[in-house]
Amino acid sequence: MTALVLENVCKSFGVVEVLKDINLTVEDGEFVVFVGPSGCGKSTLLRVIAGLEDATSGTVSIGGDVVNAVPPAKRGIAMVFQSYALYPHLSVRDNMALGLKQEKQPKSVIDERVEKAVQMLDLGAYVDRRPSDLSGGQRQRVAIGRAIVRDPKLFLFDEPLSNLDAALRMNTRIEIADLHRTLSASMIYVTHDQTEAMTLADKIVVLRDGRVEQVGSPMELYNNPANQFVAGFLGSPAMNFLSKAPLDMPKNGTLGIRPEHLRPVANGRIKGTVTHVERLGGDTNLLVETDEKEALTVRLFGQDGTGVGEKIELDFDNTASFVFDEQRQRVFS
Amino acid sequence: MNVARQNRLNTFAAHGALIFYTLIALFPVFVIVINSFKTRKAIFREPLALPNSESFSLIGYETVLKQGDFFLYFQNSMIVTVASLFFILLFGAMAAFALAEYRFKGNTLMGLYLALGIMIPIRIGTVAILEMMVQTGLVNTLWALILVYTAQGLPLAVFILSEFMRQVSDDLKNAGRIDGLSEYRIFFRLVLPLVRPAMATVAVFNMIPIWNDLWFPLILAPAEEVKTLTLGSQVFIGQFVTDWNAVLSALSLAILPVMGLYVIFSRQLIRGITSGAVK
Repeated sequence: MTALVLENVCKSFGVVEVLKDINLTVEDGEFVVFVGPSGCGKSTLLRVIAGLEDATSGTVSIGGDVVNAVPPAKRGIAMVFQSYALYPHLSVRDNMALGLKQEKQPKSVIDERVEKAVQMLDLGAYVDRRPSDLSGGQRQRVAIGRAIVRDPKLFLFDEPLSNLDAALRMNTRIEIADLHRTLSASMIYVTHDQTEAMTLADKIVVLRDGRVEQVGSPMELYNNPANQFVAGFLGSPAMNFLSKAPLDMPKNGTLGIRPEHLRPVANGRIKGTVTHVERLGGDTNLLVETDEKEALTVRLFGQDGTGVGEKIELDFDNTASFVFDEQRQRVFS
Repeated sequence: MNVARQNRLNTFAAHGALIFYTLIALFPVFVIVINSFKTRKAIFREPLALPNSESFSLIGYETVLKQGDFFLYFQNSMIVTVASLFFILLFGAMAAFALAEYRFKGNTLMGLYLALGIMIPIRIGTVAILEMMVQTGLVNTLWALILVYTAQGLPLAVFILSEFMRQVSDDLKNAGRIDGLSEYRIFFRLVLPLVRPAMATVAVFNMIPIWNDLWFPLILAPAEEVKTLTLGSQVFIGQFVTDWNAVLSALSLAILPVMGLYVIFSRQLIRGITSGAVK
């Protein structure tokens, strides 16, 4: 069974088209991440799926039923928001229970499910506190708990980690991945952070300007980007793009090489000067200006003694490079 | 406040200015209250002196309380003020929520239309209002006053509250929708508590002019059984003789309830109950 099917979904606010003809299928139990720069329409798409916005045209089906005219509460979804959005006047327990109370579930079922979520998220010590007495990470766990107790067909996450600090973000990311494994539920996760996308997703949907640029597993997109945008968006440090490349190139074409595929060798095809060195311990990133005045990043594994201002010659494997034409589309050779 | 900017001189000047303003603002009230406890002769001989054993007198209060209608006036004023505030806040908040929350054609126009009343004083329409009240048979009822005051207070209430409602997190409202709360419950249970300080502000702004108003009670409800306190106090001011003891005592008593209401609302103004809902 498919958890979600989007067919030709469009959304405009007045004359502004925010989503343009989106087609997408999410299989049961799949973890799908929508990723893209801000303003690409990923949050709007999530809102359309949740029913908080109406699609201008196209159909949205959840669990096999067309839900275009179904209110959010009846769609069998649960959503976790970036700003947590906990009810300030209710305790942690009541925050989680409210949705079930609205569904008129018997009290025994409510208690059982809330208890299970509390155990799962390790919130036992806080159930009677108000949201204002909790830290950011705890609030986000409560928000996740509120989604879990509803036992939805589809989980929606709207940038849930953006308000957390770096260390907590990583822990919560792992918790969410664990949660996905334990519940084996279908999840849709919106983020602008490509690391979150790469680490969590079964399937990544890259969006730009309201269009789907490419859909695929993280490694498919990394190894086989369909265009220059996807190539540049995924991967950190980002892919290098050279317009004056030492290869046969289409007119106005661009050559893309990942930083880890460049290596310093004698008599390399690219010559340049090191302008900055980032030593991360495990890795060393060299920022290089080529003799053609283009900027490059080189990622060396381990520690490296190269200093700023040194001349360097670089080379790469042709099979590990990507060629893009004038329209920024991939050219396969 | 930024600690680095606080220096002693600034703090002193700020407090000085505030204390000075407080003294100016409270002085007339102070004079009314002290004189209400003095004999008629003492009021005129030394209006600024505090009452002492010789000049102390409760004759004014006795007159006011003996005048049997005084409690009725009091009650009328209270009913009119509280009911008007209730309707201003209820309808004002509902209109503000609609304007802030829903996208519909003419939203901006509707907002401007509702705010227009801020710039046009309602008293301009007094004659038309009086005609309307006569035709609907509402003259000499408290409803006439309540309706007029509600209309008078709504524009500013809608204007202020819609600004505040826009600041309430969309995520919170959407979370409510996903949990299956009706729009009414979202409005009453989630949004209203978060804009409570703004509601208190609107209430305070509206309460005092309504309580003190003489114009509409005089025109729309001058009958004995619906007189408000301000209008009722006028019986002590005659064309030739004015019973100053009674007038001052009535005014002193009139301050009390409005002060009580203010204390209730101002507590809401200060209380920071809203923190912690969203980051």
